Amino acid sequence: MMTNPTGRLTQGQFSFLPDLTDAEINLQIEYGLRRGYAWSVEYTDDPHPRNTFWEMFGMPMFDLRDAAGVMLELRNCRQTFPHHYIRLVAFDSTRGIESITMSFIVNRPPSEPGFGLQRQEGPGRTLRYTLTPYATARPEGERY
Amino acid sequence: MGVTEIHAEATDITANAKKRYTAGVLKYRQMGYWQPDYVPSETDTICLFRITPQEGVDPVEAAAAVAGESSTATWTVVWTDRLTACDSYRAKAFKVEPVPGTPGQYFAWVAYDLILFEEGSIANMTASLIGNVFSFKPLKAARLEDMRIPVAYVKTFKGPPTGLVVERERLDKYGRPLLGATTKPKLGLSGRNYGRVIYEGLKGGLDFMKDDENINSQPFMHWRDRFLYVMDGVNKASAATGEVKGSYLNVTGATMEDIYERAEFAKELGSVVIMLDLVVGWSAIQSMANWARKHDMVVHMHRAGHGTYTRQKNHGVSFRVMAKWLRLAGVDHLHAGTAVGKLEGDPLTVQGYYNCCRDSYTRQDLPRGLFFDQDWADTRKVMPVASGGIHAGQMHQLVDLFGDDVILQFGGGTIGHPAGIQAGAVANRVALECIVKARNEGKNIKDEGPAILQKAAQTCTPLKQALETWKDVSFNYASTDTSDYATTPSVA
Repeated sequence: MMTNPTGRLTQGQFSFLPDLTDAEINLQIEYGLRRGYAWSVEYTDDPHPRNTFWEMFGMPMFDLRDAAGVMLELRNCRQTFPHHYIRLVAFDSTRGIESITMSFIVNRPPSEPGFGLQRQEGPGRTLRYTLTPYATARPEGERY
Repeated sequence: MGVTEIHAEATDITANAKKRYTAGVLKYRQMGYWQPDYVPSETDTICLFRITPQEGVDPVEAAAAVAGESSTATWTVVWTDRLTACDSYRAKAFKVEPVPGTPGQYFAWVAYDLILFEEGSIANMTASLIGNVFSFKPLKAARLEDMRIPVAYVKTFKGPPTGLVVERERLDKYGRPLLGATTKPKLGLSGRNYGRVIYEGLKGGLDFMKDDENINSQPFMHWRDRFLYVMDGVNKASAATGEVKGSYLNVTGATMEDIYERAEFAKELGSVVIMLDLVVGWSAIQSMANWARKHDMVVHMHRAGHGTYTRQKNHGVSFRVMAKWLRLAGVDHLHAGTAVGKLEGDPLTVQGYYNCCRDSYTRQDLPRGLFFDQDWADTRKVMPVASGGIHAGQMHQLVDLFGDDVILQFGGGTIGHPAGIQAGAVANRVALECIVKARNEGKNIKDEGPAILQKAAQTCTPLKQALETWKDVSFNYASTDTSDYATTPSVA
């Protein structure tokens, strides 16, 4: 159990709120589609804050303009990886942005043990910090 | 003399080299600094000055004097002008208009040829534009209101070392404003006590903590000690939350050598961000922008001191001009006002500053104080920072006014929470997330905001306490710096 006030990983747009229902997730997808974003589904069992590249559950849905299609992909991902972290990511290809514009977690493992912090002492009281997810001590796919 | 006669007389002299260069004193408008028919080229810089001529000084002559004193003129005719292609070097006042509803003040448009300013040097450009001219006796007051910087000159600057898009990628934070807090009290905390505040705020849910502008290396806390304790707080909070966290380490110091030394140490400790105060000056800012680009560092700019020349409407430099210069000079974060907090700024004017920071192409928008279209030519975007006297109960107003690309900074509004710093951070993060979620769902957050916050507070005690503690706090004073083209709505 993580010790921050939410007791869980706080990445993404809505981690401090109660878990979004599928109906609420649908509304967020529709908002992104109205703004011309492309949605994709990503999953991981390594939630290190600098693990940038979660696995892609299929390609970004550039041509999909219907929220139901995104929800279908999300349901497939949840069935395949029920104990992984899953996030929905929206991409905006507008010149000058060309980056992610929304990202929020829509599935979590039943227990979130969090991260250990190692300190390596250096000269002049400096410290080097290494942050290790407790779960990644086990191999991929067997972590949660 | 009527306008037609003034033009005729000016043209007569400037067109006649013998008359123009006879030793003695001419009026500025007779020396080529007033050219009402001039059409600025795509590569000219255009400045809009607000001028208040002394009694009896003709506004056209005053405008010409501004053009002259900000470019080549001296008080008398000099024959050495004739050794140069002097017409290129003269700035040209080409339009003067009375300021609407403000007797005695005039707007003067002045164009500057591309050759006038050294490439990539804010110091050089500003030495002309806000140099001697601002002390010129025939003017009671002058203010640089806005400027159009040509693409040709924009492209000589490298701009923000990181920019808001790449910063979000590095932090892995998207689709919502970032949250910060300034460590309080500003002065007196030891390094150890200071680090405690950093840890609590970040663990509670903030993305950033911040040094104050006047925290450098005083007797109560030397900079090295601060950096070490702060980074311990940052890393502990990152482990506790699984998020990238940061704290703006203020590297401002007495000399460039001090600034570099402090920045190097921040880098060595793994900080994602450093902070500079505006008072370090343009050259230091551009040097640190280069340093930051080299080391993948975000530069947080605190605009300490700006109020001495941006606030009064009749004299100085508008903050929108400062924002443009700072974007070119190369900062990633810039304090640009809150509209609803304790510091100066009416909502539309402040939105104008935000546009200068974040637009790809800024459109003329007189109610927001933007006099020119400005093509930013793909210059990276600056993340504006709203900081100063704001609290969770205003979250809907802040998100409505500023959108997602902004850092909302609640110092007192986090640390002053009755249940402690972590609770203060939770209140702000929950307030932010519920407002963003509601906005995306199509709710009108401007009107429904208070109800949305109250609803979220039912399941979040820290938010409930925050709303209760600060429910009556607002700083609803008239702004001094407002648009001349629209009445200013106040924020209740």
